[in-house]
Amino acid sequence: MNKFKKLLLDPIFNNNPITAQILGICSALAVTSKLETSIVMSLAVTFVLAFSSFSISLIREHIPSSIRILIEMTIIASLVIIADQVIKAFAYDVSKQLSVYVGLIITNCILMGRAEAFALKEPPVKSFMDGIGNGLGYSFVLLVVGFTRELIGSGKVLGFTVLSPATEGGWYVPNGLFLLAPSAFILIGLLIWAIRTWKPEQVEEE
Amino acid sequence: MSKETKKKTVAVAFGVCLVCSVLVSAAAVSLSGIQAQNKKLDRLKNILLAGDMFSKNVDIEQIYKENIDTQIINLENGSVVPEKDYNEKLDPQKFDIKKMADDPQYGKAIPADEDKTGIKRQPRFMVIYKVVKDGKVKKIILPVYGKGIWSTMYGFIALGEDLQTVTGFTFYEHGETPGLGGEVDNPRWKRSWVGKKAFDEKGNVVIEVIKGTVDQSGPKAESQIDGLSGATLTTRGVDNLVRYWLGKNGYGPYLANLRERGIK
Repeated sequence: MNKFKKLLLDPIFNNNPITAQILGICSALAVTSKLETSIVMSLAVTFVLAFSSFSISLIREHIPSSIRILIEMTIIASLVIIADQVIKAFAYDVSKQLSVYVGLIITNCILMGRAEAFALKEPPVKSFMDGIGNGLGYSFVLLVVGFTRELIGSGKVLGFTVLSPATEGGWYVPNGLFLLAPSAFILIGLLIWAIRTWKPEQVEEE
Repeated sequence: MSKETKKKTVAVAFGVCLVCSVLVSAAAVSLSGIQAQNKKLDRLKNILLAGDMFSKNVDIEQIYKENIDTQIINLENGSVVPEKDYNEKLDPQKFDIKKMADDPQYGKAIPADEDKTGIKRQPRFMVIYKVVKDGKVKKIILPVYGKGIWSTMYGFIALGEDLQTVTGFTFYEHGETPGLGGEVDNPRWKRSWVGKKAFDEKGNVVIEVIKGTVDQSGPKAESQIDGLSGATLTTRGVDNLVRYWLGKNGYGPYLANLRERGIK
């Protein structure tokens, strides 16, 4: 049981796919201007990651090495399409904001990374846990960045006004930079700094 | 059997593809009904928003049915298409601006020197929405679209019964920068359109979105709208598309007809 706990929790701080492995940065920049889109994106990636790792691991003994990557891509792409269809059906407004980025989960390096590094070698249940764990790690970063960007960029959290903006008679002047992608770079940089100060063993040797 | 033989490779590839395609098609088919409904409701919601009839927790379809009267008009001569001429493509319920603009028969290319909004093609016909109350037309809601900085923005502009005053404005589809150009969705900004004069007494388009803030005491204050700060190109796009669609290539002929014969 302890091993599963490690698989689940390790990717959150100790081996986070974004802050330690620096994977999946592209979508972390694109969808985090609001907390709501970050949440839906996190759920979608965690779902796809868990089930792609599970299915790839399930047939890992039968995948010929010559078409290994193709098989992985086919499975990931199918799961992404399913996730996209579900979001379009049940969270239409959010799907309009996420636009192409759900589809682009296919190219998210975390998915191929986990399939290659873990699911091809380990049994299904372990791979499933590893997928969930890495999904949580990704979600953790997305939620922190999404929360900060929405709060500073528009004075809101989940669409509710927290800091009343000057344009509507309040006192807070929203910082427009935080609504643009570069601000996510800055925030992720700060997050990496914070985590590596807390856990110095993650710092690469010179 | 080793997993590296040709036979096995083909078999595994085929099996994976088969299972995946079944799952994907099952998801797409079983959810397509809900998705189409979402899309339709979203469009209706925006028509109601432009007509200032939307509030949370209302039955969108019900209100739409009770208050809105749809018509198809011929943009070139401004006439209303009679219902008997409706066909598979010319149908107010199924009218799709993008498809109509690309259609060889129902769409046309816009000459480059007149294409202020960068849309290249436009439909020859358009579906319009009339808000009817007690048998009288109160507002006309007109679809408008054009290029912003990143995307084509699709929206509605509503005119009051004097055919001069803007009574509502909204976009239902765009891909502008969130927080900057994306502020075309900002309810406060959209409200600033209400009450502005789109046409002068002679029927010339006078409305404009300017860069910066409108001088409230200036002579043009009643036909000018504040630009969005940090979104010069989106603002210019909105200005172009509104002026284009209210002008002679858009609803100009139709509105001229209405002015002559009265709004019915």
